[in-house]
Amino acid sequence: MELYAWLFMRVSGIVLLFLALGHLLIMHVIHNVETIDYHFVAHRFMTPFWRTYDLVMLWLALLHGLNGARTLIEDYVGVRGWRVFSLASLYILGFIFLALGSLVILTFQPVGG
Amino acid sequence: MKVTLKIKRFNPEKDEKPWWAEYTVEAEPTDRLLDALNAIKWYQDGTLSFRRSCMHGVCGSDAMLINGSNALACKVLLKNLGENIKVEPMRGFRVARDLMVDLEPFFDKYKQVKPYFITHSVTPEKERQQSPAERERFDDTTKCILCGACTTSCPSFWANPEYIGPAAIVNAHRFVFDSRDEGREERLEILNHRDGVWRCRTIFNCVEACPRGINVTRAIGEVKKALMFRKL
Ligand code: SF4
Ligand code: FES
Repeated sequence: MELYAWLFMRVSGIVLLFLALGHLLIMHVIHNVETIDYHFVAHRFMTPFWRTYDLVMLWLALLHGLNGARTLIEDYVGVRGWRVFSLASLYILGFIFLALGSLVILTFQPVGG
Repeated sequence: MKVTLKIKRFNPEKDEKPWWAEYTVEAEPTDRLLDALNAIKWYQDGTLSFRRSCMHGVCGSDAMLINGSNALACKVLLKNLGENIKVEPMRGFRVARDLMVDLEPFFDKYKQVKPYFITHSVTPEKERQQSPAERERFDDTTKCILCGACTTSCPSFWANPEYIGPAAIVNAHRFVFDSRDEGREERLEILNHRDGVWRCRTIFNCVEACPRGINVTRAIGEVKKALMFRKL
């Protein structure tokens, strides 16, 4: 189990590097934040490619971060009760964000063109 | 040259908490820290306790925290430490007295990795042969003297004393990569559990601490890799 977590951290790290760089390039270099509005995003989400891109980035980034936080908690929260509590909160929070993010990306329908 | 040593002392039978003692000794710059400790013990204060045996960096008894980093007292020279030297016991283990820590848990972990040859095949008539290249494969990890400097310099170990620790992994590596050994699977299985190699966060403190110059982090990395390719 720890083996797969470890492997996932390396692989997702590498993949994220490219995804995040691509994201940065598009959102902040080619366009800049002032010109990005609802229409821009809505237009982008017309293509399945960008939806997939964002979905993959969401899952990898969130799980990568969650696993990192899990590691920190396991290393540094010594008291059993607190550790169980922190881990439980982390997983619940992680699940909510993951579900919410995926829902938006998958079901988004532009309104008012 | 005059050196002042600040030594963290603790006698669990008498002291409530550790305290600092200060000693000044006259010494040569080329003397080792151990010589200064001996000068204190023999001529100033016989109650100071520390382990030492070979005095030549071979037995691994006198690893301690010297000016903030783990080293063997018999291997560091006074001229490299300055005039004010701080000496403490290694971190992460119970202090038995002064500079001596209780190494029982350390050796328990060492025993966990089965640090001996395991063979299932029929014993050959002559010795089990190995090519120079096969011997070279694990040469680095044969040098360990079990001083404990690596394990007690590891933040992962401080945070979680259950972590098997770099020293035990080094000694497992010595057999895992030995072509004559047949206990590879058993040992890898032990290192694969949650307090095994995966607790290593690649901090490299162990590499810096090792008095034998063993590339400890690399050895741990090689075990991780072996585990990965075994499973995939
Ligand atoms: S690997 Fe180095 S630091 Fe660790 S116990 Fe062996 S000799 Fe000491
Ligand atoms: S006394 Fe043996 S290693 Fe220092």
